[in-house]
Amino acid sequence: MAMLDVNNLSVRFDTPDGVVNAVNDVSFSLDKGQTLGIVGESGSGKSQLAFAIMGLLAKNGRAGGSVRFNGTELVGAPLSTLNRIRANHIAMIFQDPMTSLNPYMRVSDQMAEVLVHHRGMGKAAAVAECVRMLDAVKIPDARGRVRLYPHEFSGGMRQRVMIAMSLLCQPDLLIADEPTTALDVTVQAQIMHLLGELQRDFGMATILITHDLGVIAGFAREVIVMYGGQVMESAPVDPFFARPSHPYSRGLLHALPRVDQEGAVLSAIPGTPPNMTRAPRGCPFAPRCDLVMASCHDSLSPLTEWAPGRRRACNRPVSDLLEDAA
Amino acid sequence: MYSYTLKRTLGAIPTLLALVVISFLLMHAAPGGPFTFEKQLPQQVIDNLNAKYGLDQPLYVQMARYVWGIVAHFDFGPSFVYKDRTVNEIIAQGFPVTLQYGGWAFLFAVVFGVGLGVAAAVRQNSLIDYFAVGLSIVASVLPNFVLAPILVLIFTVGLHWLPGGGWEGGDWKHQVMPIIAMSTAYMASITRMMRSSMLEVLNSNHIRTARAKGLPTWKVILRHALKPSLIPVLSYLGPVFVAMITGSVVIDMYFSTAGIGKFFVDAALNRDYAVMMGVTLLAGGLTILFNLIVDLLYAWVDPKVRY
Repeated sequence: MAMLDVNNLSVRFDTPDGVVNAVNDVSFSLDKGQTLGIVGESGSGKSQLAFAIMGLLAKNGRAGGSVRFNGTELVGAPLSTLNRIRANHIAMIFQDPMTSLNPYMRVSDQMAEVLVHHRGMGKAAAVAECVRMLDAVKIPDARGRVRLYPHEFSGGMRQRVMIAMSLLCQPDLLIADEPTTALDVTVQAQIMHLLGELQRDFGMATILITHDLGVIAGFAREVIVMYGGQVMESAPVDPFFARPSHPYSRGLLHALPRVDQEGAVLSAIPGTPPNMTRAPRGCPFAPRCDLVMASCHDSLSPLTEWAPGRRRACNRPVSDLLEDAA
Repeated sequence: MYSYTLKRTLGAIPTLLALVVISFLLMHAAPGGPFTFEKQLPQQVIDNLNAKYGLDQPLYVQMARYVWGIVAHFDFGPSFVYKDRTVNEIIAQGFPVTLQYGGWAFLFAVVFGVGLGVAAAVRQNSLIDYFAVGLSIVASVLPNFVLAPILVLIFTVGLHWLPGGGWEGGDWKHQVMPIIAMSTAYMASITRMMRSSMLEVLNSNHIRTARAKGLPTWKVILRHALKPSLIPVLSYLGPVFVAMITGSVVIDMYFSTAGIGKFFVDAALNRDYAVMMGVTLLAGGLTILFNLIVDLLYAWVDPKVRY
């Protein structure tokens, strides 16, 4: 049994404009120490997928399907069950470090409360542990800075504080939701490097959610590509980058700037992501797909394994894409 | 912070002076005077009275004398109507009364307003939310001059539980109805402000972080959400506190509590210039003081605010 088993997970939001299907029937599993990258553009449902795992959906959101963590069902679980797991076994890092820390509390207080709550540690011991963890995320002068407020840190430093806070209880699973999106490029590289190091040192499984394929390539072993709330393709990282098996994945890869092709025109995928208030009948990517067929607007073949460890949801046979790429 | 406090205190002096000048001018612009009665006094008597109280002097001399009296002797002058009493004595008698029931009313309004507002926001669209919103609407459409007679009708005339008026040295039975009548509308506003600001805070990212820590809901609310959601309410509480401890005309008249509010109305009707000035300056000075206190509280609540 895998540590995390996600089965047919779906997320719906009741909005004044109708029901929004943010995530549709997503399934995957994750073992101890594994690294999984979830990639997709804005609105593909990747963040909501993470919130659903943590039980942190907004009030108007509902999760369906199943998320099992070490055998415990998390979808629909009572808050007390979730609270035993949150931060303790599954921790999360959020997209915007500028607003995700409590601006009214000292870093020492907001970090230490995690240990006081889950480990029953005394305040002084907890703060000492926090200093140790801030050292581990390479915050200079951690002992002096632990007493500061979040606004006294830069964006990158705040994200380091978030990371340190998430690791306090040595969780089995870390979910990083676009941890570098709000940071500038050099800081992004530092944070990803740090996350990679910590992942190796602590050995926790990690789900990295991002729209940046470059980040996935350097960090994850497995990748899931999401579009319109659905999984389009899932694969181990290396074969995925060598030979994407889905027109959307291929589009994403082509949209990456290359340093080795001088003068090449950067290609983009034409069109915009679908409006999720109308649940797409066929393939959500069909309106933007360069290999679209008539049947794509009506139905989408389910996610199926076509090679060891590689799954895809596409009406086109794999051979069409691989020939094309060659 | 000390230099800020000093700066603000010094800055209060021109504000208070402006208050003196404006109220002095407005007061004297109103027709009539303290010695205008229905039965016309002989002109000689009026002249003598005016001379005794300095009212025959030009306005700027009167103003200068008044300000000098306060600065040099902390003397707000004699009452023009109560012949044997000074304004200092009148304030010393009336202010403790309003301070007492106003203070309790403030406490009542804050505790119940904040509590109801928080409960309503945490359980949005639940029974407690509907109750809080309903109560605050009812309370805000029931002004104290309507609520006071209703209370008397129920608790004095109907149930004979509470006396309908008087003060009796602050006996609690005499305080209950003034406190309720005074605090209800303010409690309603605080409930509504608290509810909406708490709802906003509960949707913020750092609350999501707090929930992701596995903290129970009450800890998320008390440790993480309460402080930020109090900030907009705080600026409202300063002036409200002053308004409450300086008493209410309606309460003092209706319940005969003999607070400042009653003297203020009497003074205005009788053109008792010194009492009017005294009460105005008291309210003005307290307003400046409590706005300063609120600003200092901001620095305590929000670490980004530093003076």
